[in-house]
Amino acid sequence: MAGRGVFAWVCAGLLLFAVSALAAELPQLTGRVVDNAGLLDAGAEAGLTEKLAAFEAKSSDQIVVATIESLDGEAIEPYANRLFRAWGLGQAGEDNGVLLLVALNDRRMRIEVGYGLEGTLTDLHAKLIIENTMVPAFRAGDYAGGITGAVDDIVTVLEGNAAELEARARRAAEENAEPIWPVVLFFIVWGTIFFGGFAFAFLPQFFGRKIGPRRYRWLGMEFDYTSRGRSGGRSGSSGWSSGSSGGFSGGGGSSGGGGASGSW
Amino acid sequence: MPNSLTLATLAPKSFRVFLLLLLTLPFLSACGFNTIPTREEQAKAAWSEVLNQYQRRTDLIPNLVETVKGYASHEREVLEGVVEARAKATQVQITPDMLTDPEAFRVFQENQAQLTGALSRLLAVVENYPDLKANQNFLALQAQLEGTENRIAVARRDYIEAVRLYNTSLRTLPSLLWAKFWFTDAEPMQSFTISEENMQVPEVDFGNGG
Repeated sequence: MAGRGVFAWVCAGLLLFAVSALAAELPQLTGRVVDNAGLLDAGAEAGLTEKLAAFEAKSSDQIVVATIESLDGEAIEPYANRLFRAWGLGQAGEDNGVLLLVALNDRRMRIEVGYGLEGTLTDLHAKLIIENTMVPAFRAGDYAGGITGAVDDIVTVLEGNAAELEARARRAAEENAEPIWPVVLFFIVWGTIFFGGFAFAFLPQFFGRKIGPRRYRWLGMEFDYTSRGRSGGRSGSSGWSSGSSGGFSGGGGSSGGGGASGSW
Repeated sequence: MPNSLTLATLAPKSFRVFLLLLLTLPFLSACGFNTIPTREEQAKAAWSEVLNQYQRRTDLIPNLVETVKGYASHEREVLEGVVEARAKATQVQITPDMLTDPEAFRVFQENQAQLTGALSRLLAVVENYPDLKANQNFLALQAQLEGTENRIAVARRDYIEAVRLYNTSLRTLPSLLWAKFWFTDAEPMQSFTISEENMQVPEVDFGNGG
């Protein structure tokens, strides 16, 4: 039996190790600007973060800029898609995220667009932003200018469709306000089951008709308190893990590979 | 009197059994009862997305061919290759049981692979025509086509993963038992494989002529 326990622990350990090894390949989402290749100075990074935060507050769209040193031989398209999904950019259900990824050593960049923005920020828009804004600046060595310009362009395109933008922001706000009644319903059902057990344990003694020593009839059922004293119920300890760390995190959106890539 | 007594003792008992059943029924899902239908539907949805993206590519091709024709009409062979491959790919009847039919799936996959090959030959030829490459219409089509090819890749990857989960649930416990005794018509689905011509390393010819 002890051997089996050890085996289980080894399995769990291996699983954890595998998961962490898989996650280690992708950079951490530390903020709206994840500058692992060091292409942006502090001022540009702060300005971008502020701009992107303001834009999300207005539209609920999440735009994230990521720069990495190298793709390690992977093509940029699958990498960007993996990163987008791992970070869960955009609100869940709305999928309104945009990832601007730059791989320095591979000299490749990509704008990956979430499902929900594919109609507004089309592949052609993304391509034009890359070719006309990013590539010339990058060739001149002005990485910060290229990235800032591209973000400005993306925001302009997303703002261009103002009606759709407002509708999206409204839907996101409604979604945030909505999920109260399922919780209430859950507690009603759970409370009925949980307290129902207690109620059956003692209520018949007060409301039921006595039909014998410690035997009662209530609601067409007979309750007998003589023989087996019911031992107490299980105590289920359920732990909620509080996941909010105060920083920026993805809203759970996904991408189906929309957008465009380019190289300089 | 004994009669009523048995009835009286039976009533709470059967009620208790009923309650027990009611409470345990949802836990059947923990025994893997729901696994097979859920994953089957997920795989089917992923397949619909694959078809959707292939259809999008098919819809883009006539425009692309027309645009290229205006600049490179004498590349007849390449253009006809694309048109033929498209016609062949659209002829394939898409049926729901295609997913469990290896032959039909292979035909579908081969036709789409041929279309991919013809398209990449067309885009390679286009490199020789600077005027065409500068054409705004062509640029737009090219961006859309690239985006679609990438979406196809993503959709295929999602489908492969969904099928992997579904096929695994047909062969592993506890869902294996449900497959054997309840979902007896559940069959493993086909997945994409790399076609043979894609596995061959392309030969590089530096023009020495041998």
